[in-house]
Amino acid sequence: MSGILPEAERAEGVGRGPGPLLLGVRHHGPGSARAVRAALEASSPRTVLIEGPPEADALIALAADEGMQPPVALLAHVVDEPGRSAFWPLAEFSPEWVAIRWALEHDVPARFIDLPATHTLAWGREEAPDGSATPDGPDADGEPGTSGTGPSADPGTGEPETPETAGSGAAEEAIRIDPLAVLAETAGYDDPERWWEDVIEHRGLRDGDAFAPFEVLGEAMGALREAYGTGGHERDLVREAYMRLQVRAAQREFGDDVAVVCGAWHVPALRQRTTVAADRALLKGLPKAKADMTWVPWTHRRLSRVSGYGAGIDSPGWYGHLFSTADRPIERWMTKVAGLLRDEDRLVSSAHVIEAVRLADTLAAMRGRPLPGLTETTDAVRAVMCEGSDVPLALVHDKLVVGDVLGEVPASAPAVPLQRDLARIQRRLRLKPEAQERELELDLRKENDAERSRLLHRLRLLGVEWGEPVASRGSTGTFRETWRLRWEPELAVRVAEAGVWGTTVVAAATAKAETDAVGAGSLADVTALAERCLLAELPDALPVVMRILADRAALDADVGHLAQALPALVRSLRYGDVRGTGTQALAEVAAGLAERVFVGLPPACAALDADAAEEMRGHVDAVHGAVGLLGEGEDEDDEDEDSAASESGGKGEPKSEPDIGAESEPDVGAGSGAEAGSGSGSGSGASFGSPGSPAGSGPRAGIRGRWHAVLGTLSGRDTVPGVIRGRAVRLLLDDGELAQDEAARLMGLVLSPGTAPGDAAAWIEGFVGGGSGGGMLLVHDERLLGLVDAWLTGVPGDAFTDVLPLLRRTFSAYEPGVRRTLGELVRRGPGTRGSAMAASSGIPGFAPDLDAERADAVLPVLRLLLGLDETEGADDADDNDLVGVAR
Amino acid sequence: MSVSVDPTSVDPSQHHSTPVGGDGSEGAPTSPSAPARETGEELRPHAEDAFAAELAALAAQDDRPRPARWRMSPWAVATYLLGGTLPDGTVITPKYVGPRRIVEVAVTTLATDRALLLLGVPGTAKTWVSEHLAAAVSGDSTLLVQGTAGTPEEAIRYGWNYAQLLAHGPSRDALVPSPVMRAMAEGMTARVEELTRIPADVQDSLITILSEKTLPIPELGSEVQAVRGFNLIATANDRDRGVNDLSSALRRRFNTVVLPLPESADAEVEIVSRRVDQIGRSLDLPTAPDGIDEIRRVVTVFRELRDGLTADGRTKLKSPSGTLSTAEAISVVTNGLALAAHFGDGVLRASDVAAGIQGAVIRDPAADRVIWQEYLEAVVRERDGWKDFYRACREVGA
Repeated sequence: MSGILPEAERAEGVGRGPGPLLLGVRHHGPGSARAVRAALEASSPRTVLIEGPPEADALIALAADEGMQPPVALLAHVVDEPGRSAFWPLAEFSPEWVAIRWALEHDVPARFIDLPATHTLAWGREEAPDGSATPDGPDADGEPGTSGTGPSADPGTGEPETPETAGSGAAEEAIRIDPLAVLAETAGYDDPERWWEDVIEHRGLRDGDAFAPFEVLGEAMGALREAYGTGGHERDLVREAYMRLQVRAAQREFGDDVAVVCGAWHVPALRQRTTVAADRALLKGLPKAKADMTWVPWTHRRLSRVSGYGAGIDSPGWYGHLFSTADRPIERWMTKVAGLLRDEDRLVSSAHVIEAVRLADTLAAMRGRPLPGLTETTDAVRAVMCEGSDVPLALVHDKLVVGDVLGEVPASAPAVPLQRDLARIQRRLRLKPEAQERELELDLRKENDAERSRLLHRLRLLGVEWGEPVASRGSTGTFRETWRLRWEPELAVRVAEAGVWGTTVVAAATAKAETDAVGAGSLADVTALAERCLLAELPDALPVVMRILADRAALDADVGHLAQALPALVRSLRYGDVRGTGTQALAEVAAGLAERVFVGLPPACAALDADAAEEMRGHVDAVHGAVGLLGEGEDEDDEDEDSAASESGGKGEPKSEPDIGAESEPDVGAGSGAEAGSGSGSGSGASFGSPGSPAGSGPRAGIRGRWHAVLGTLSGRDTVPGVIRGRAVRLLLDDGELAQDEAARLMGLVLSPGTAPGDAAAWIEGFVGGGSGGGMLLVHDERLLGLVDAWLTGVPGDAFTDVLPLLRRTFSAYEPGVRRTLGELVRRGPGTRGSAMAASSGIPGFAPDLDAERADAVLPVLRLLLGLDETEGADDADDNDLVGVAR
Repeated sequence: MSVSVDPTSVDPSQHHSTPVGGDGSEGAPTSPSAPARETGEELRPHAEDAFAAELAALAAQDDRPRPARWRMSPWAVATYLLGGTLPDGTVITPKYVGPRRIVEVAVTTLATDRALLLLGVPGTAKTWVSEHLAAAVSGDSTLLVQGTAGTPEEAIRYGWNYAQLLAHGPSRDALVPSPVMRAMAEGMTARVEELTRIPADVQDSLITILSEKTLPIPELGSEVQAVRGFNLIATANDRDRGVNDLSSALRRRFNTVVLPLPESADAEVEIVSRRVDQIGRSLDLPTAPDGIDEIRRVVTVFRELRDGLTADGRTKLKSPSGTLSTAEAISVVTNGLALAAHFGDGVLRASDVAAGIQGAVIRDPAADRVIWQEYLEAVVRERDGWKDFYRACREVGA
């Protein structure tokens, strides 16, 4: 219809000559598919030969099965190595699929005539002696110009993420000649794809002659092959020799009533007259590998080039549309787009559709194309329906141009390699699938158990819920896992479905995790996924997940989301440590995330209502815990600073557990409070002396230092709700960043008459409330208790009823013993408060002074338990004491 | 590439401010060898005069079908904007250097009698493209309404010559047609600059014109009907704060084309440094010897924040609410130069541009501040050789 198809030639090609009917196609070309169907209808051959692995002949009948829904793929894999495989994807609009269906509908035998997968897979092995098999045989193939389409081996499936594989593939491409590019250039097109679409795919069958396009295309290809030979695809010669032999065999059987559907590139070769002997000679001595074939479900997304799979068409959805619509494809397409955008709440009227169609038509005319192509329709959609924005356009691309279509394969199809791989692993790990429910305890320090755990985690990622993790009994150690196992029959179906993701459990889980990450809805989802990747040990999926995690974190403006994501991430880090997985990337992302939280938290804490404040307080706690874990690996000097601060403060703080060293601390705390307080006060002053600037302690301070600075900012800002301020002060106090005196001063400020009682009560809730062990703090620091007491008695009567619920919540959370002690302290009254020394003697169960001897006796055991050296021991003992109090 | 032009400058190669002012800073993505622009006249000639020879050559050799009242075919218009060589060897200079797709969609839109809306941040050559489109299509780029906050309805519909009105009563003679009205009557291309600055109620007077293609004159009981060839090109900033957003009724009548910012950092650095040099000379600022590094840094910061992605493509960022256009980068650097010259040692340093950058980035004191701090902490702090800049920015006060 344009340049290269002059009228004369077409006239010559009318009707069909002698010999087999050669239908040269572009794989996955809707126009080709339509033309193939028309040609088959017109000629009614007695057999149909199709380019593809002959091992699949037995599977052809399955294509007629009701349960078979394209897109599907023929999968060939080496029997013992499911990882080495090749795919021949077929979509509804693939000419090969059309030919198969036509043959089945008309009860005509169909056969595959390409070189057997036995050889092509073995080629892959030869090519990659290093084991990174590139089963590039079947179709790294004839039609590089038709974008290497076709029953296309997927160079990626072997080792999808081996860079060498990709590299060599690219290099190979480079030296090859792109026959279509040459044709397109001859016709004056800069883009071979567009040329092909204009000339072949977008043409209707208006001229009535079903064979003309194939004749003309065959001749064009013939000219190309004369000029360029195999264009760098030496293996094509072997494949074509095999195809010729098969065609001859069919001709002996059926005469000339044979139709051959193959890549257009092969047509001249099949027409060529060669001797049988020469063809046989070419096929001699080919390597062999035992291959197995089956159908697997495929998706449009995998047909598209975007996903890196070899099928290689940009726009399966668009092609599917072109193939399935009888008339007015552009109008129907625009209506589809409008429907999609409306579903997403964009305002798109029928007027928009009309204008978009007009613009697309005019653009096509302006660009000299017979019909608007995808480029024109996309430009029109952008300008008319999307107001020039690419954002909704991305949605259109994702949902329509590529599309979400998922193929189906009947249950009677042979087992997919994934199932075999799973069966083999199950045997190796002695983990039999049983219908009966049972519990399985795993000790991750044992190699076999660790592998079992990984298998179960990987299967869970793939949606095969064979095992369900349950809380371990009795042990909270990270090296223990308990699973509830139960194999249900439908899980086999799930495994078959999961076959689309890969041929081994690891590869499939990796691919699935990566896809899940891309499609994950929220930041927390991605974080959870990262955690699962670590548990399932999928190091290859982790970089992708991490990148997406970092991107999501960067764009998420809600500090709450970030704060929620952080703990899981830090937890993952810990798991990774236990399992010896590389977690460098994870650590970086976690640090970045923490940084974003630090920056965003202070503004986010302003102007919150009570509920939001409570939620935010939870976030502050979560981040605090995470930062504590994260900060453990921080640079040394910072650590020293920290421990020094907490040591100096530690002496002054009554935060040793009362159960063991019962009589020790309180009096020291009270007695030396002033001295110790001033000491640590000056120490902490450095780190949050200027609460306004988060980097007050210098830009290089460790992550803990910066977190403390953030807490300092929070505690000093009036717009921050009381509960968060109180919490921040408390956390600083616990970390030894804030002296007891300073805490008391801040508390005094809040509880002074100028503050609204509600706010003050919230502050108290934040400071000593909940399960944070605040009661003990009040028990031990009578100054604080005194402040609370004085404030409480000073609250005006009507305000008292307002603050009562909050106070009740604060204090009712205390353990009964603590409540009683507090009550006794309060009943004893303020008279004794002047002298803390004297007061402390009155506390039941506490000696007046620290019994240094008995306390020292405990320390060696403690150190032994914690496995720590001198200084760290002291530091950590402090922290643990605190935890002891808190629990 | 596009160039942002500060109205204060006198630049012989790019002096093309719009007649009525506005921000007037649309870019001139033109090759330096554009003819008839070296004359150094005080006022710039209109596009149709400056490139009269090219337009004539194009029209003469254009054998493709032309829409009614078009001076040349859509193909020729595209060639006029994108540049090329005609069969007889006449070289058409490129007026717009950018994606071909954009020009094609724009021209096609005009050919389909839909109104065209050019969107983009300042400095992306919206006005420039619209002027040249009008010049090529209708041979007249002067039918222009400049949108401002004070643009009255008369500017879009029609006004009255009150002396006539009082003397002779309402009549066609007493009517003062707007550029849009003239374009309708004569089948020409009208232009509306800065559409989103026009108050919403005035904007909406365009709806009838664009959908019914008619302009009623109730005072005379008549109307002006648009003849074939009439169309309208509007330009608007899509990232300016405080604009009057188009009503959906009006928006629906436009095909929208977004003009992108300069594609590469090098191109933008080049634009900025050239403009800064010109402005600096006109303000008699001493030239800074090593300013180029600092300019590159400013451009990098602007581009990264604008794109929401670091230059190495590894880290995503939030984008602040400000436009961060090339024009603003120019002003930041110019300010920095002035600081360096008057209060510093004459060398442009990080501290001279820090405050300016921060001012440009933080437009919304709450959200943008967080974004800026995140950027400082996550990107700038870690970057080699950017320590001085990090420190300077922290000093300015985050």
